[in-house]
Amino acid sequence: MAGSLEQETVKFVAMTGNEAVAEAMRQINPDVVAAYPITPQTEIVQIFSTFVADGLVKTEFVTVESEHSAMSATIGAAAAGARAMTATSSQGFALMWEMLYIAAGLRLPIVMPVVNRALSSPINIHCDHSDTMGARDSGWIQIFSENAQEAYDNLIQAVRIAESRDVLLPAMVCMDGFIVSHGMESVKLLMDEEVRGFIGEYEPAYSLLDVDHPITVGALDFADWYFEHKRQEAAAEAPVAEVVLKVGEEYGKLTGRSYGLFEAYRLDDAEVAVVALGSTAGTAKAVVDELRQKGVRAGLLKIRLYRPFPKDAIVRALSGVKAIAVLDRSDTFSTMGGPVFIDIKASMYDLMHGEHGEHGEHDAHGAQDAREARDMQGPRIVNYIYGLGGRDIDLEQIRKVYERLQAIVATGETGEPVSYLGVRE
Amino acid sequence: MANLRELSRKGELLTGGHRACAGCGAPVAVRQVLKAVDTPVVVGCATGCLEVTTTIYPYSAWNVPFIHSAFENVAATVSGIEAAYRSLKRQGKIQRDIQFVAFGGDGGTYDIGFQSLSGAMERGHDMVYICYDNQAYMNTGIQRSSATPRGAATTTSPAGRVITAGKTQYRKDLTAVMAAHDIPYVAQTTIGHWNDLITKVRKAFEVEGPAFVNILTPCRLGWQIDPADSIEICRKAVDTCFWPLYEVENGVWKITLKPREKKPITEWLRPQGRFRHLFKPGNEKLIEEIQADVDRRWEMLQKRCEVGG
Amino acid sequence: MNTGEKDWDKKGWKDVPIAGLITEPGTARRYKTGEWRTHRPVWDPEKCINCLLCWIYCPDSAIQVKDGKVVGIDLEHCKGCGICAHECPSKVRAINMVLESEAEAEDGEKVKEETMREGEEGEKERKEERKGEGGNEK
Repeated sequence: MAGSLEQETVKFVAMTGNEAVAEAMRQINPDVVAAYPITPQTEIVQIFSTFVADGLVKTEFVTVESEHSAMSATIGAAAAGARAMTATSSQGFALMWEMLYIAAGLRLPIVMPVVNRALSSPINIHCDHSDTMGARDSGWIQIFSENAQEAYDNLIQAVRIAESRDVLLPAMVCMDGFIVSHGMESVKLLMDEEVRGFIGEYEPAYSLLDVDHPITVGALDFADWYFEHKRQEAAAEAPVAEVVLKVGEEYGKLTGRSYGLFEAYRLDDAEVAVVALGSTAGTAKAVVDELRQKGVRAGLLKIRLYRPFPKDAIVRALSGVKAIAVLDRSDTFSTMGGPVFIDIKASMYDLMHGEHGEHGEHDAHGAQDAREARDMQGPRIVNYIYGLGGRDIDLEQIRKVYERLQAIVATGETGEPVSYLGVRE
Repeated sequence: MANLRELSRKGELLTGGHRACAGCGAPVAVRQVLKAVDTPVVVGCATGCLEVTTTIYPYSAWNVPFIHSAFENVAATVSGIEAAYRSLKRQGKIQRDIQFVAFGGDGGTYDIGFQSLSGAMERGHDMVYICYDNQAYMNTGIQRSSATPRGAATTTSPAGRVITAGKTQYRKDLTAVMAAHDIPYVAQTTIGHWNDLITKVRKAFEVEGPAFVNILTPCRLGWQIDPADSIEICRKAVDTCFWPLYEVENGVWKITLKPREKKPITEWLRPQGRFRHLFKPGNEKLIEEIQADVDRRWEMLQKRCEVGG
Repeated sequence: MNTGEKDWDKKGWKDVPIAGLITEPGTARRYKTGEWRTHRPVWDPEKCINCLLCWIYCPDSAIQVKDGKVVGIDLEHCKGCGICAHECPSKVRAINMVLESEAEAEDGEKVKEETMREGEEGEKERKEERKGEGGNEK
């Protein structure tokens, strides 16, 4: 059934990540796109410009003079009731910073592909995650993609997730600069009408163009209101994970490719596991397969939804693992390791103290779990910061990470919690 | 020519109850600007006195759709709104005709918002940008901007024992800079010349494409004047040719009000506390220099108007 | 605050509109800036020529105009800046600024009530109009 459906409707095309994302944008067909070129995102803007020039989209394309204005114009368009998008990388993303928080605070479901690239200084055009990781507390939904197919699929799903009435938050879909954005892959595309049907007609929550019902957007809050408004924004993050799961399941029914909060790769009975995001997960899977052939109980957890952080589900997935290595493609420069490492460690605190569960509930059974968890002291967790500025990570390096995890399990000695992988000493 | 009786029949689009200082020029500018437009209008506003005083949650003084997002980006924000309007109208999702206006102070326009303004004007969005120019960062407590005139004392250009002038640099001529963008309409006016202002803003709304109107808007606190003099001081700015009233319509420069008699610059400077130090012994040369600069710019403007008109 | 609204009367985060929106236009009317006033404009309908210069130059939309004529001053919002009195043509002087404390002491509630009533209902009988058209610039 699925096979025949695929033959009828699904196109296989060799394309780069940027091409796949631009194609998804064409199919989403936003009312407004405001964007500015930056390596390695530039192709997305260029390709989309040809769609506009050839009349393939209904989009009003605003060729802004900076990324700050790109996000500002996108916010203006979204507040005017338009489905609005932009795209960026690195320094451009950094220039948008101020406006990222405002997009989230104004609850505008803007969707933005981000082609991950290192931040200056030194200037570097290649991949790491320091751009988007820095905005992990901006209130945006952050979804990471392993390859071009995922970038394409995630972008389409992000529209539904962001625009969900239970959510109404902006979403960024991240893919690794050059590795994914410029790497050629075979991508399965949906038909235009399938995408249109999946995302549906946009119904804005509010619009400045409703001139008969004038609203004031972006008012000044003093101490008597600001806290309530920010508390409300925090509450909007709570249902995101559930919506992501629902949309991912529905997308699976349409395409045969289901998506969850993360991908648990051979993790069920794993003793040692790596946590990673983006293209590195693909490399790690190859190592897991190798080790499994040798009888090592190795697994991988690839985070897809990074913000809001699906803590409970991740803790459950990792609770049986004895040693975990978190791979971070950015540093926090806090001496505490990378951002994902810090999140995983914080999440595991609940495991150790019995506060994890379906919704963090306490019951007799939970208390029992907690006692058992305390007895086993939970998994040992170490961190590797790798791949900054596009430094390659290869199979050999990841093999060494798993070897260390096996040693930790064997000896009980964790050693240095934070290491740098692939840097010259 | 506008008629006040006619204008008074229009509803108030900016209500009382906003928190601007007594005698503030900004709400006067807004009231006059919004009197000049008959179609529904959407307002964008840069961070600044106007935005802060008119939208203290849950009290909005605006009877029109209003958005503020940040300081340096009102032109970009409104260009996004205007793009959304064009897109939705083309798709038949909106039928109404709507106009778009952006308000920014001199800080949000001459300085931090200059890039976003320049970009929006160059792209040709159908919007009116209004700069309510009170010649310093008044919202943060009177700091100098590139609109602050030479000789004005501000909290970041105080008249000291060594630097006695206050601000030592001349102000940026932003109206001319905007004229150089070759957009359909650029004008300069004051809140003290309501008829000139409304006539110009009407033109600004009527043209297709971007328009920029620079409105001298007194800040009684920063200028150190009696609040009752906020309108009177504008007439002095024009009579001394410190702030000539002119417009540039499709590249044609035109002075819209020529003072019958050009008054000495001291008539503009003396009533304002921010220039008080200029009248201390030893600063005579500074006043001469300021006068010479005003004369030079006035001559240049007249020449442009001869050539253009 | 002079709106009678207390912190504990205010809504909680679950009950306010999303995104910090103010969903009703012109709510600032409920905020009474008239309390800021140290000087009060006292308008004399006998002298007023309805040039409307006070109206176009008022920062607080406080000059009440009906059918092209001044009918009163909104003292709930007037901050007493004195622009109206200053801009009233020198030969007319239909608005004078008086100390708020004196105005209150001398006239008590009378002045307040009258001005408010005039503001709401508009003037009834007026002497013949002295000028037909709206005001001109000085």
